[in-house]
Amino acid sequence: MDGIHDLGGKQGYGEVCRDQAPAAGPAPVFHKRWEAAVFAMVNAGAQAGAWTNTDRFRHAVERIDPVAYLSHGYYGRWLGGLETLLVEAGIITTAELEARLATRPGQLVSSANEHVAARPAMVPEPFGPPPRGRGSQRPVTAAPRFAVGAGVVTARTVCAGHTRLPAYARGRQGCITAVHGGWIFPDTNAHGGGECPQHLYTVTFSAAELWPGGDAHFDVSLDLFEPYLFATGSSLAQQQKVTL
Amino acid sequence: MSTDHTHHHLPPQALRAEALESLLLEKGLLDAGAVDSVIIRYTERVGPMNGAKIVARAWCDPAFKQWLLADGSAAIGEFNLEGGQVEKLVVVENTAAIHNVVVCTLCSCYPWAVLGLPPTWYKDPAYRSRIVREPRTVLAEMGLALAPEVHIKVWDSSAELRYMVLPQQPAETLGLPEAELAARISRDAMIGVAL
Repeated sequence: MDGIHDLGGKQGYGEVCRDQAPAAGPAPVFHKRWEAAVFAMVNAGAQAGAWTNTDRFRHAVERIDPVAYLSHGYYGRWLGGLETLLVEAGIITTAELEARLATRPGQLVSSANEHVAARPAMVPEPFGPPPRGRGSQRPVTAAPRFAVGAGVVTARTVCAGHTRLPAYARGRQGCITAVHGGWIFPDTNAHGGGECPQHLYTVTFSAAELWPGGDAHFDVSLDLFEPYLFATGSSLAQQQKVTL
Repeated sequence: MSTDHTHHHLPPQALRAEALESLLLEKGLLDAGAVDSVIIRYTERVGPMNGAKIVARAWCDPAFKQWLLADGSAAIGEFNLEGGQVEKLVVVENTAAIHNVVVCTLCSCYPWAVLGLPPTWYKDPAYRSRIVREPRTVLAEMGLALAPEVHIKVWDSSAELRYMVLPQQPAETLGLPEAELAARISRDAMIGVAL
């Protein structure tokens, strides 16, 4: 999904603002209590069955209102994803939450026109089968197609849903620098399509390949799944899409 | 932690979070003590002090350092860390010629068990967008001016692997006891935005 979350290489966000640390000690982990409440509610939402895997939760955060994504902060984004999934799972309704909000102190000072982050789908996707084990590593019977040192080129386009191939690393040539065995494939797992484990690789890209004309004295490594990768020299047609 | 209950300066997402909290409490889906448990866990037990102990051990024990670099998750097993997100921990070593720095451009993946929850800047668009495109400039802005001949390696945590930087030990700290070293190792050094 070419969403607002896919920030790598985007320009115009200005300088990195470090946390304002108090005079003594480090910046607080949670700046306000509600941030910790969102963290706790995300744990509770998973236990309540609002989602069955992290990929689905990450995609719910990607699907929130894009203005809210940039303006509500990290825990505001989590809140948007959490509310989206709680509503889609039928655990709460938006009307019920709005009614509760109207009874809360402080409601008078908030604007009715503020962006609501949550974006529940009218027809939610199915969950698919439950996780087949703990963690994210799974055996893959097929041998890995690439070995350390192999040249690869990444897919140029991805599906409209969840993917872990960022836009800045698409259609680029890199080198396999580590092979990590089989891992759950987020692109299917986020959408109820099952774990479909795939070989995972660290792929290293030169600065010149990613950002021609820029500072060249660095490289960027990403952990990419086999369906994102093609052997260097593949025809353009093959490189068009992520394929299973 | 603010104890302010006036709400006059809370943003709308905070009010919505509080409303959702009251709803989930009422439905029995959220334990009354869950929020306090999260706060205590991630301010007192899970944090960069754990990563600092691991780095200090690596500086003092060459065999442990080799193990840590070869298989981070196995090597940190004896520290019995809670906090999660380290199913496969990859530790990358800074040298005189190479500087490592960690990011997650797509969300905010971070090795919670060893570094705690990430700082706000790590999760914000400025860092996530720029560190993969102009790392030398960003690091300089953050106070880390690297020599031009130092090669920067940026690690974008795009799957479930989690990265931690093993900083170089400052020469003046050679021979110090492990606990004293650990107290000097900063979170930012283990992300790679400081030395």
